[in-house]
Amino acid sequence: MKQFLAFVKKEFLHIFRDTRTMLILLGMPIVQIILFGFAITTEVKDIRFAVYDLSRDQTTRQITQRLAANRYFTLVANIDRPGQVDELMKSGKVSMVVVFDSDFNANMLHTGEAAVQLIVDATDPNQATTMTNYATGIITQYQQELSAGSGMGTAMMINAQTRMLYNPQMEGAYNFVPGVMGLILMLICAMMTSIAIVREKERGSMEVLLASPVRPIFIIIAKAVPYFILSVVNLITILLLSVFVLKVPVAGSLTLIFLGSFLFILVALLLGLLISNLVQTQVAAMLASGMGLMMPTMLLSGMMFPVESMPPILQWISAVMPARWYIEMIKKLMIQGVDGIYVMKEFAILALMVAVLLVVSLRTFKKRLE
Amino acid sequence: MLKFLLEKEFKQMFRNSFLPRMILFMPVMMLVIMPWAANQEIKNIKLSVVDNDHSTYSQRLVNKVIASGYFILEDVSSSNSEALRSIESGKADIILEIEPEFEKNLMSTGLAEVMISANAVNGTKGGLGSGYLSAILADFTDDIATDLGLNTGSGITPGIEIVPHNLYNTFMDYKVFMVPALVVMLLTMIAGFLPALNIVGEKEAGTIEQMNVTPVRRITFILGKLIPYWIIGFVILSICFVLAALLYGITPVGNLLTIYMYASVYILVVSGLGLVVSNYSDTMQQAMFVMFFFMLILILLSGLFTPVTSMPEWAQFIAKINPLSYFIQVMRSVYLKGSGISQLLPQLTALSLFALAFNVWAVMSYRKNG
Amino acid sequence: MDDVVIRADGLTKKFGDFTAVDHITFEVGKGEIFGFLGANGAGKTTAMRMLCGLSHPTSGSGTVAGYDISKDQEKIKANIGYMSQKFSLYEDLKVWENMRLFGGIYGMKESDIKEKTDRILENLGFSGERDTLVRDLPLGWKQKLAFSVSIFHSPKIVFLDEPTGGVDPKTRRQFWEMIYKAVHDGITVFVTTHYMDEAEYCDRVSIMVDGRIEALDSPKNLKQQTCSQTMDEVFQKFARKATRSAD
Repeated sequence: MKQFLAFVKKEFLHIFRDTRTMLILLGMPIVQIILFGFAITTEVKDIRFAVYDLSRDQTTRQITQRLAANRYFTLVANIDRPGQVDELMKSGKVSMVVVFDSDFNANMLHTGEAAVQLIVDATDPNQATTMTNYATGIITQYQQELSAGSGMGTAMMINAQTRMLYNPQMEGAYNFVPGVMGLILMLICAMMTSIAIVREKERGSMEVLLASPVRPIFIIIAKAVPYFILSVVNLITILLLSVFVLKVPVAGSLTLIFLGSFLFILVALLLGLLISNLVQTQVAAMLASGMGLMMPTMLLSGMMFPVESMPPILQWISAVMPARWYIEMIKKLMIQGVDGIYVMKEFAILALMVAVLLVVSLRTFKKRLE
Repeated sequence: MLKFLLEKEFKQMFRNSFLPRMILFMPVMMLVIMPWAANQEIKNIKLSVVDNDHSTYSQRLVNKVIASGYFILEDVSSSNSEALRSIESGKADIILEIEPEFEKNLMSTGLAEVMISANAVNGTKGGLGSGYLSAILADFTDDIATDLGLNTGSGITPGIEIVPHNLYNTFMDYKVFMVPALVVMLLTMIAGFLPALNIVGEKEAGTIEQMNVTPVRRITFILGKLIPYWIIGFVILSICFVLAALLYGITPVGNLLTIYMYASVYILVVSGLGLVVSNYSDTMQQAMFVMFFFMLILILLSGLFTPVTSMPEWAQFIAKINPLSYFIQVMRSVYLKGSGISQLLPQLTALSLFALAFNVWAVMSYRKNG
Repeated sequence: MDDVVIRADGLTKKFGDFTAVDHITFEVGKGEIFGFLGANGAGKTTAMRMLCGLSHPTSGSGTVAGYDISKDQEKIKANIGYMSQKFSLYEDLKVWENMRLFGGIYGMKESDIKEKTDRILENLGFSGERDTLVRDLPLGWKQKLAFSVSIFHSPKIVFLDEPTGGVDPKTRRQFWEMIYKAVHDGITVFVTTHYMDEAEYCDRVSIMVDGRIEALDSPKNLKQQTCSQTMDEVFQKFARKATRSAD
């Protein structure tokens, strides 16, 4: 036991001596929370548009004013020849051009068929849809006001009362916080641990350690302990930041959140050990954990992109990503505040992963010793 | 002298069992999987219906919702609380509750009520889901009005016809939007991380000492490191072009040479940054973490996943000093809009300045004597 | 004295408040084998790195091959060879590739490099290992290769930092034969070691204790001065004063 503690102390010294890495490890969650909480949003806010008005009458001016006055839209230019559309779009100066047909006002009043064309830069399909929807909404409202003035109403209507559960303001942070937790824990536990172990292998000092009277498994555990503690520190940082900076409430039981996190940390540490057993160099360990764990965690765990929209094969791959289940569990516990029974499935899956990884990593570790 | 250094770098690269394979494997992985995963489209929303009316019309509404293709009917609950449990356990994403006298109200007063409750932990998903439902409801009332002959003849005056016109990405395909940007991400990671690990790797191996005691000029040494990654970058880029065309039929509307030209500058930017980090690092682990830290910020704030225009001021400022965002703009503009150099001059200037700055810094920070 | 190729005058290196090298002064003549003795941590490597232009002196001055060690470091580098304590050739390059690389960096012509590689490999009885990756060589051979590479470009002076650390006595003897051959070719040898039997092979030795040079003379004179039988005894007498422990 004394030897074990000496080993743990040695590992801690290794980590603390490298202040730069330490700073990054502790600063990473803070930066991520700020980025995801404030900067990363798919909401469309600043639509720069130009108007190509062939009619130049009272109605078109009013619609243009309505659009320009809306907080989502900024009028950048009035253009007078079709060639300019392409020019402005290609240089990225505007992302929408509103084109009014000639005799707009007259057509609207007499034939009821005045055409306004919304040319949008559909490079980003989601942005394009949203822009079209916003503009359509504003124009439709203008039209309805005109109709109301002329005494016509809509004949039939279903009034939909909409409730946004758990996240009434629809803040992006609610979705990202659990994702950041999964990502950071994966980074520290799996990536750091695997590189730390492989580094000793590369330098040959692992052989020296393994020749010592301490049982090999304790050496590995000793290497994992500091990263475990760092993860817990980061976990607490993230929770505090999300509550006090992002105002994301912790709706559920803290005990359960920590229990689930420990389970996930265990999975990540075992993954790190497994990688360190399989590769020979630090670069390989980095690439294996980076490409094999970090990237999939970011992309397939539902943190940034909805899992439901993926093709079935990717959904299956996503199902073996520990982070996916962890993130799902944290979302339920932290934001929805559900009871323990609703996360039984996620707990069970993570526990199963621990069991499988434990067997596999220990087996590969033993094999290496022989 | 440079010739000998280049010979050495290439020999080391090809003798490494891992690197050449990775250089081929990564683009394939990235382009086969990522475009399917990096998809912000919201589909397959799991719906729970609480039909308190059980009338012909309520049934017709439910059928219409399912026929829209956005929703999967997950369960039919008898009460709101039962449906809420479905949301808590993750079985459903959204609840559509139809009031008891739905049909009767609609017929008699023309006004009926439904309630939509969406799980808004993921704000985008909740928002779009309820948006889709509202649109379907409006459609539904229109259908019924037409059926009952309420709309005929009356014709809404004054009428405006809104014609959306999607430029560049006519089929609103998310992949067309993501693929060019993913190529940038891949290029950044390979041409950034490998140089970052290179010099510090020589430090750890001790070989840098033997180099430092030779009269090799600092600029020659840095060029010896830079040029191989420059060439690798071109190889990767070319593989990506071929894969994008073969797998998704995505080819640039603009000139391929324009992209190569910008890429030749851009690779120097990221490789230069990598070398700077490498010069300041003592261990590969440290270099990797510092790189990872910067990469994460640069990638998230580049507009790759979410639009730069939606970000707060400070984040938009970072995007302005972020080489990635310039190259992503270039890639998307050339690929989708067919922009040429004349429309992308600011980007060329910015990237050239970055390339110059980072590489001068790389030469300066390489110290042959401490 | 025109024949002086290394001169150090009050050379000092401090790291913070730790003085690694403390005002050392000495001269080395052309064609000499100069032994730099001292316990681990005595400051040998730090002193040598300053002379090789790898590290700036905190104070004091020196010249190597006629160039100032504070100003003309790159010119010095063109005139010296260096073999560091830790093996530092490229392990993932072949034997001939390492020779070609460093020959090229020192500006040798392709044809000269080829010719010299052949000759050196033959002299070493190494021709069979020409295409072997350096990482697959046994330690003793690695050391011999490292030495060959350090004098490949025929420098005026070669600096050897603990060149025989960890190799067996037989290889050490062969190594010293190589050193003598280099001296015969007109190369000055500056060598650090803590093997006292090797000190006997040097023309002159200096003994460093706690960053200072405590003694400097030929092995024969030093033994006489201290009434010792072996260099080991000489060293023990001086090293007893050391307060600094090995690192």
